[in-house]
Amino acid sequence: MAEPPPPVLVVAGAVKEYGAAVKTRALAGVDLTIGPGELTALIGPSGSGKSTLLNLIGLLDRPTAGTIVLGGHDTSTLDERGLTALRARMLGFVFQFHHLLPAFTALENVLLPSWGDRGRPTADARAAAEAMLRAVGLADRLHYKATDLSGGQQQRVAIARALAHRPPLVLADEPTGNLDTASSAEVFALMRRFNRELGTTFIVVTHDPRIADQCDRIVELVDGRVVSDRPVPPAPG
Amino acid sequence: MSFAWFVALRYMRDARGQTALILAAVAVGVSVIVFLSALIGGLQTSLIAKTLGSQPHVTLRVPREAPRPLVEPGPDLAVARDVTERAQRLRSIDQWPSVMRTAEGVAGVIAASPSITGAGFAVRGEATSPVVVRGVDPERFLAIIDVRARLIAGRYELDGGGVVIGSKLAAELGVTVGDKLRLSSSEGRDDVVTVRGLFTLGNEGVDGTWVLTGLRHAQALYGLPGGVTTVELKVADVFAAERVAAEVRARTGLRADSWMAINRELLEGLSAQSSSKLMIQFFVIVAVALGIASVLIVSVVQKSREIGILRAVGTPAWRISLVFLLQGGVLGVLGSFAGSAFGALLSRLFEDATRDVTGAVRFPVTLDLELFALATAIATGVGLLAAVIPARRAARMDPATAIRNG
Repeated sequence: MAEPPPPVLVVAGAVKEYGAAVKTRALAGVDLTIGPGELTALIGPSGSGKSTLLNLIGLLDRPTAGTIVLGGHDTSTLDERGLTALRARMLGFVFQFHHLLPAFTALENVLLPSWGDRGRPTADARAAAEAMLRAVGLADRLHYKATDLSGGQQQRVAIARALAHRPPLVLADEPTGNLDTASSAEVFALMRRFNRELGTTFIVVTHDPRIADQCDRIVELVDGRVVSDRPVPPAPG
Repeated sequence: MSFAWFVALRYMRDARGQTALILAAVAVGVSVIVFLSALIGGLQTSLIAKTLGSQPHVTLRVPREAPRPLVEPGPDLAVARDVTERAQRLRSIDQWPSVMRTAEGVAGVIAASPSITGAGFAVRGEATSPVVVRGVDPERFLAIIDVRARLIAGRYELDGGGVVIGSKLAAELGVTVGDKLRLSSSEGRDDVVTVRGLFTLGNEGVDGTWVLTGLRHAQALYGLPGGVTTVELKVADVFAAERVAAEVRARTGLRADSWMAINRELLEGLSAQSSSKLMIQFFVIVAVALGIASVLIVSVVQKSREIGILRAVGTPAWRISLVFLLQGGVLGVLGSFAGSAFGALLSRLFEDATRDVTGAVRFPVTLDLELFALATAIATGVGLLAAVIPARRAARMDPATAIRNG
């Protein structure tokens, strides 16, 4: 039997505490391994530590204890610069509130990650950004200001931005959190499509059970611990 | 285009109103600096030129004759004495040709001219006027004070009983070129001379009293055959006159007075003016810096979520701070260009508005490229410096917190 492919992400014993005098434990020892091509839903009540975990995985914060290995890189050995560079190459982010830069066009927003990482835009990056915007159905909106797009369109630009540089892992924090049902379904369908077509691994934080049920796997956090980790049975029919 | 330039320019373009306001503030500040420098520089240059138009840079004369008491008081000797100052008589400088050669050998001296300066009266008919008789070597004297260029009538001819006199004096006596007048010296000798030319040096005292004549003629009038009472020097750098005077004093043992010592009050006034100019400019620069810094700090706070996103998607912190440093620099450069132009315009308008009735410029302004280059350099430096705090603040921002809180 062939060896299973190496995991994209390994979180081992991750603890996160806040505060100096009164310590608040946001994560109390989380172990999580994500294989390539998985589309995982991360669910749990408010304050369960979902966002904290996502920040640790996204290398925006460091764990108080434990390790995070991303694409084979042990991130505890990296300095701020190293983390920034790893973020630029390994990760894509989709935020709840789209978070496009309002002063820039859709195309420029999609280009910003590779531009900010390398300093100059390359022809390849530009081509990839345009292709990505076409793929999310915004071919005719390339040069629209972010503020001139609808909420659903903005979130599609955000997905294009997260994927344009082809990161192995995309983190989505409530990507459908403030979209109507139709737009939500559309945005999730895009993520599912890129997961299948490009083999991109997704971790999606969500409150929406309809979204979670369409993922491959559901990880539930309560009080900073993983209380359940189960595969989703394939939809009937 | 590089990322930092692109984002910086886009941010400035996106916040057009804010950018225009702060640019205007920088421009006003720079124009004040340019205008003040041009005005005060021009005034000082013209004041000094006017002052030096009628006096030598350094004047050498014999030391004052001092009375020598027979006994000096000491630690164990008390003396009751009455020392009376001696009356000063007109005396010649000993060995003046060699003194002149020595003076010419001092670094910085570019011309030397021997002369006799004495008091007297000019008489014509009923009119009598006190005068200063200046017996000079005609050619050498021109290097000290260019009288020929300031003639308003007649010719610069001092030989054969000819004199050239100040225009005010001429008006006082009612004489003009070709007229004769009687000159009597303080030594009691007199002579009839012919007016060959009239000059205006722009100094009331000089134009109302000076009578220029040949050296030999003056020597006869004052009973100083072959002698001169002063040697006048011109130096290359007018502000080195005091240093040159000290050197000549040391080498010759004569009294050497520089124009700087004689016009101490003028120089003190000019230096006070320069200090107040610097002070105003300094505070203007501080105000400009505070303006740029506060606009950029507000911009960093407003854009903290965007900065967080840029950091999250992999933009290094230094590149983010560069975005804000560049904005500061660009504001400085553009503001200084606009300010230089505005300052130059203001200077010219001021010059025109203050012309006197004849249309002559009363307050000349000096605008040179150096001033604009300096203003641009200062404004750019101040812009960059003012951007340091906002830039650091932007770089230190924690992306997770910034994205969460905006």
